Amino acid sequence: MATAALEPEIDTRVHYLNVNYGIRSWLLTTDHKRIALLYLASITVFFFVGGAAAVLMRLNLIEPQGLLLQPETYNKLFSMHGIMMVFFFMIPSIPAVLGNFLVPMMVGARDLAFPKLNLLSWYVFMLGGLFELYAIFAGGVDSGWTFYTPLSTTYLNTHVMAAALGVFIAGFASILTGLNFIVTIHKMRAPGLTWFRMPLFLWAIYATSIIMVLGTPVVAITLVLVALERAFHVGVFDPALGGDPILFQHLFWFYSHPAVYIMILPSMGVVSELITCFSRKRIFGYSFIAFSSVAIAVISFLVWGHHMFVSGQSVYAGLVFSALSFAVAIPSAIKVFNWTATMYKGSVSYDAPMLYAMGFIGLFTMGGLTGLFLASLATDVHLHDTYFVIAHFHYIMVGGAVMGYLGGIHFWWPKISGRLYPDGWARFAALVIFIGFNLTFFPQFMLGYLGMPRRYPIYPQEFQVMNVMSSAGASILGVGYLIPLVYLIWSMRYGPVAGPNPWGAKGLEWQTPSPPPTENFERTPTVTEEAYAYGNAAQEAHVG
Amino acid sequence: MFQGLPIRPEQASTIAKGVDHLYYFLTAVDLFFTAVIFLTIFYFAIRYRRRSKDEKATQIEGSLPLEIAWSVVPLVLTVVMFLWGSSLYIRNSRPPEASTEIFVIGKQWMWQLQHPEGRREINELHVPLGRPVKLTMTSEDVIHDFFIPSFRVKKDVVPGRYSTIWFEATKTGSFHFFCAQYCGTNHSLMRGEVIVMKPDDYERWLSGGVQAQTMAGAGAALYERFACITCHGTGKGPPFVNLYASTVKLSTGEAVVVDDAYLRESILYPSAKIVAGYPPIMPTFKGQITEEELLELISYIKSLKTEERQTAK
Repeated sequence: MATAALEPEIDTRVHYLNVNYGIRSWLLTTDHKRIALLYLASITVFFFVGGAAAVLMRLNLIEPQGLLLQPETYNKLFSMHGIMMVFFFMIPSIPAVLGNFLVPMMVGARDLAFPKLNLLSWYVFMLGGLFELYAIFAGGVDSGWTFYTPLSTTYLNTHVMAAALGVFIAGFASILTGLNFIVTIHKMRAPGLTWFRMPLFLWAIYATSIIMVLGTPVVAITLVLVALERAFHVGVFDPALGGDPILFQHLFWFYSHPAVYIMILPSMGVVSELITCFSRKRIFGYSFIAFSSVAIAVISFLVWGHHMFVSGQSVYAGLVFSALSFAVAIPSAIKVFNWTATMYKGSVSYDAPMLYAMGFIGLFTMGGLTGLFLASLATDVHLHDTYFVIAHFHYIMVGGAVMGYLGGIHFWWPKISGRLYPDGWARFAALVIFIGFNLTFFPQFMLGYLGMPRRYPIYPQEFQVMNVMSSAGASILGVGYLIPLVYLIWSMRYGPVAGPNPWGAKGLEWQTPSPPPTENFERTPTVTEEAYAYGNAAQEAHVG
Repeated sequence: MFQGLPIRPEQASTIAKGVDHLYYFLTAVDLFFTAVIFLTIFYFAIRYRRRSKDEKATQIEGSLPLEIAWSVVPLVLTVVMFLWGSSLYIRNSRPPEASTEIFVIGKQWMWQLQHPEGRREINELHVPLGRPVKLTMTSEDVIHDFFIPSFRVKKDVVPGRYSTIWFEATKTGSFHFFCAQYCGTNHSLMRGEVIVMKPDDYERWLSGGVQAQTMAGAGAALYERFACITCHGTGKGPPFVNLYASTVKLSTGEAVVVDDAYLRESILYPSAKIVAGYPPIMPTFKGQITEEELLELISYIKSLKTEERQTAK
């Protein structure tokens, strides 16, 4: 608990949170740290909206005939869950919150390269979010997050237009944020901060930004074509209008597969920071981790066809996409082995962020390895569009990406808020989330192998046992997510004062007070050592 | 019905075993590496736990031999998986020559199945045991997907084109089939049962029920109703006898093999591919002919080939 003597220290100093007050000072801010918090608040709301949908779905699946929902409602819920979680939580999560907060501090700059553009991207994002909320509350949309044609363009009577438009608009926020990061990392690194001295978080954000800038326009164009066909019957995808429905899938997955890496790469960056700090060790195989991020980003653009092995694309296309999909396994394996090796002969502590990081490595390993079943053509034929796929990508995106996000939030929370959260509760929550997650999603692998298709509110009797197990796990997972919400908010006011570097971490962001002043650093720092130089003396020596 | 926890779907086709063997191999590799990573993390976390506040760790930069090892081992394993999965897939996607053909039409939210001999079914598919069966599938509206878990086969059913799967059942009994591609409100009700019968029972079943016309017979009636005969029976258009599976030369000089997709396109979009030597005078039948009628016409054109071979010397 905070001692009374420490309290004044945090309140008298001017920092980014108390430099001015009032709603205007937040809505018109160009401070990357405040914009990060605007994003944090918005995506937290979207996360719980998407989460509420998941709760209702799992509840419904307790009974084979559906416990409480009509199929139509269930379809709207899984569509909303997917759209909210993918486009309005996962994609912006680490880049827009932690990336926004940390990229300038990690490169030793006062702000991003284009602070006004940064604020604009938040407004664009919120406009997209409002369209989405409108689509939900005006009656819902039941196209799935994938908007497959000609179902979405010709057959559905729900709010497909508003939903597609929301995703389209939010895409621009991604592009602007990615652009801002790329320019910042190229042009604004502090003296001495060479590319290979950068923290791996920056490498991961850099690789992610490239995907955002190159990939997002394609999904934007695709959604415009959907809108044109839906509104004006321009035949692009509907065979009745002379279009090709498979073309949509090519365009959609050309973005949406790389989007998976938009979600996971930043988490990989976070984990590199956490493993090193809580093992007090430099990273094992720095350049292998850095280059594997870039390799994953590049290959990610060449594997979209593995979503289409049963769509009727040619056998030869299937072979090529299968081979390329297997190729992703290698840089992913390199990362996992290097993180694990980093703990070797380390000084390992069990602080909450480290628990998340270890959880990430385990769950990401399982998610990645189960991907091999889906990259392999013969097994994918059976598993495609079943719960196996659901389980696989939740292991990557929730077990991987969300664990990384929560680990990052817990790691940098003292920097963001200037306060510590109750450590016991945080470790407890990490454990609850890990257990709840596995109980929810592991049975789904078995369900999928047994043949239960995804997007089924009503299912044959023999799948019930495993569905009940999954729903029971989901209730634990749900509680796990609520605990941090409570103690993090509590800590903002009542948490003990953290001080500039409570973890003894390396990295420029820890060399400035917590919370940082608006301009981040009093003087531009100079970097004289590599990232994660945990063997070196304390870092005060080379500030200023 | 339900005893214990089901772990594996029933293996009821010749394909299922091969797919399962690959599945077990992948599961073994997964379990091995998951165990390696979990145990190593646990071991390191305990062995190297922080014992004092100011403890320093031994700094290690990395190890090239290790990096090479953990790049090459996954590489070799994934190459094996790729070759195994691909060869099996190629084998599984080629229907044997002598397959019994059944036609499948998906529509929101039901499956219509047609046997060439004339029997029709809704959400129920009777097939013979131990004989290869080929399904030729299309959709009347959105994309559906025909999935028989116990047979380990699945394929999207796409409007505007024909897709095929094949299987040879190895067990009699009743097995679920599902629509696996989300297709709107009652997607989860778009399912049914494959009923595998001994060949004799199947033949009996085929000839039972309401005695309907064969598909080719229905096609012959359409041939007259749509007045195809006025051109294709008089030499103004290409004749149909022996047409199916032959190679025709187009006005562009290109040669194409006459298959289901070609015939379908020529009926709906006659000007897309014109056979060399014939004027492009055929009107389109798009909007006038249903998916079912298309399949019947195609069956009729196919049957003309067999008839000819039998009667000619």
